[in-house]
Amino acid sequence: MAENPVTPPALPASPPLWRRLWLPVLVFALLALVPFVWGERFILGLVTRAMIMAIAALSLDLILGYGALVSFGHAAFLGLGAYAVAILFSHDIVDAAIAFPVAILIGAGFAFVTGAISLKTRGVYFIMITLAFGQMAFFTATSLSAYGGDDGLRMFHRSEVFGTRILANDTTFYFVVLGTLAGCFVLLKTIVGSRFGRVLRGAKENERRMRALGFDPFRYRLAAYVIAGSICALAGALFANLGMFVAPAYMTWQRSGEFIAMVVLGGMGTLIGPIIGAIGVTLIEEWLAAVTQHWKVIFGPMVVLVAIFARGGIVKLLERGTGR
Amino acid sequence: MSSTLLIIQTLNGLQLGVLLFLIAAGLTLVFGVMDFINLAHGVQYMLGAYLAAMFVAWTGNFFIGIALALISALAFGLLLEVVVMRHLYDRDHLEQVLATFGLILFLNEGVKIVWGAAPLQVPIPDSLSGTIRIADGVLYPVWRLAIIGSGLAVALGLYLIVAKTRVGMLIRAGASNAPMVSALGVDIRRLFMIVFGFGAMLAGFAGSMAAPVFSVEPGMGDNLLILAFVVIVIGGIGSIRGAFVGALLVGLVDTLLRSFSVDLLRLSGLSPSDARTIGPAIASMSIYILMAAVLFFRPTGLFPAKG
Repeated sequence: MAENPVTPPALPASPPLWRRLWLPVLVFALLALVPFVWGERFILGLVTRAMIMAIAALSLDLILGYGALVSFGHAAFLGLGAYAVAILFSHDIVDAAIAFPVAILIGAGFAFVTGAISLKTRGVYFIMITLAFGQMAFFTATSLSAYGGDDGLRMFHRSEVFGTRILANDTTFYFVVLGTLAGCFVLLKTIVGSRFGRVLRGAKENERRMRALGFDPFRYRLAAYVIAGSICALAGALFANLGMFVAPAYMTWQRSGEFIAMVVLGGMGTLIGPIIGAIGVTLIEEWLAAVTQHWKVIFGPMVVLVAIFARGGIVKLLERGTGR
Repeated sequence: MSSTLLIIQTLNGLQLGVLLFLIAAGLTLVFGVMDFINLAHGVQYMLGAYLAAMFVAWTGNFFIGIALALISALAFGLLLEVVVMRHLYDRDHLEQVLATFGLILFLNEGVKIVWGAAPLQVPIPDSLSGTIRIADGVLYPVWRLAIIGSGLAVALGLYLIVAKTRVGMLIRAGASNAPMVSALGVDIRRLFMIVFGFGAMLAGFAGSMAAPVFSVEPGMGDNLLILAFVVIVIGGIGSIRGAFVGALLVGLVDTLLRSFSVDLLRLSGLSPSDARTIGPAIASMSIYILMAAVLFFRPTGLFPAKG
């Protein structure tokens, strides 16, 4: 791939720094305050779960928001990461220093193989083939009778970190998850802003023109798919540790649909949007479930309304509020 | 003994195949004509089953009950089209997937509120209950044969409508090039409303036929929806013929591998315990592998409708 001598067109002047940063700073500051304001175990666990979902939604946004690749099997990566940790645990490999990298590698490997096949297709066929791979992962998990099959697999305690049980403390675990979320946010922000990210967006806007410029969109999309899969597997590894339990239910296609809902609700292609969306969806679900057992009757129409009316998601609404 | 099982499982596979065809037919046309992904098509199947259960219990007559269920399924399909679907035609697939995903959540929970979470049973009508001897020592329930027969009859009817009538011609034209049909002065929106309502009714018909065989419960359409999508992707989106071939293929492969995968693996040299572990997983995955393979070699399915 030759470097192109073409000078990039002048980019529109970017908005002032505070306009670009106030929302992420606000979100992360609020998240960091949660353990000090509401220390109860339940709230802490709930927000931890929301942040893990946020990492997964963030990873989906890289391919969905920046690559326009509607993956309907993203929950498979969450499940793979979770199962990797739990299965290693059942073989007495309990250290996160080994289990987490293995989880990430498995996510990357699965993404590489399935991505190489899926990305040959376009549009609705891509949606369906990612769904198919997601279902394959789901059924594989249900058939793992040595590891619980349908019933799932229990871990006796959280992963150790270099031999210490530091993660057993819920507040510590909360901050580890928050740190991971922040790390993934910064990493993806860097990736999206880099030359790689611009090629990805360029291929989304106009694939033919990118080809004419000498780029092979397939390779960039595959790389993005692998990055997204690895990050989502990391979220899965954390998810297994949160409840100390994994089950095939982690990778149902309904959960993949939920991830899409999170990204679109928050605002796809913004990175901070999926975080807000994931936390919003998780909290709304929990709140509605406390109001009525039939909470999906309220949540379903909300999703429909978001799809029909909220183009651009919550982030767009907030930005309009600050006069952009 | 094994050949007996083979005959029975082949018939079961055909039965799943025609049910899938009834669902996939509407899905593939809606998809082909308006480029609209309707995830909520599976709940039409579920509603068909629930409506059949309700009307059969009310009227006490199975056939009147089914007829009423069909009419209500059609009415509900049209209602959905007016309230939600028509706002989504011009949107991209992502928004369609999301909105219809929300509908699934709503309707799955809605039937739980109206009819309760416990599965309902629908009795098989007396005239079609019992079994019939189809070969030496092979007994098969009449009702399942009735499902296969009515499904094939509907397939034939659909073929005649799509291939021989004016509406069918417009549908085919819409599937291959909708903007051109519109430019020729056809009200494509009304055409789509007809296709959508009709597709909803077919899915409802599948649901009411399946109601006596499977238990009627919330979420019963979800898995069949995924299977129906596999069918139309294999068959080629927008093609009725593709949906028919794809449905029978998926129905047979899924059913036969579920009952024979363990034996096949043992024949190929695996130890019995390994075969018992791997067999069911391979059976569940088989149709997805089939789909991935078809897409790999023919990225637009077996019978692509787009010209």
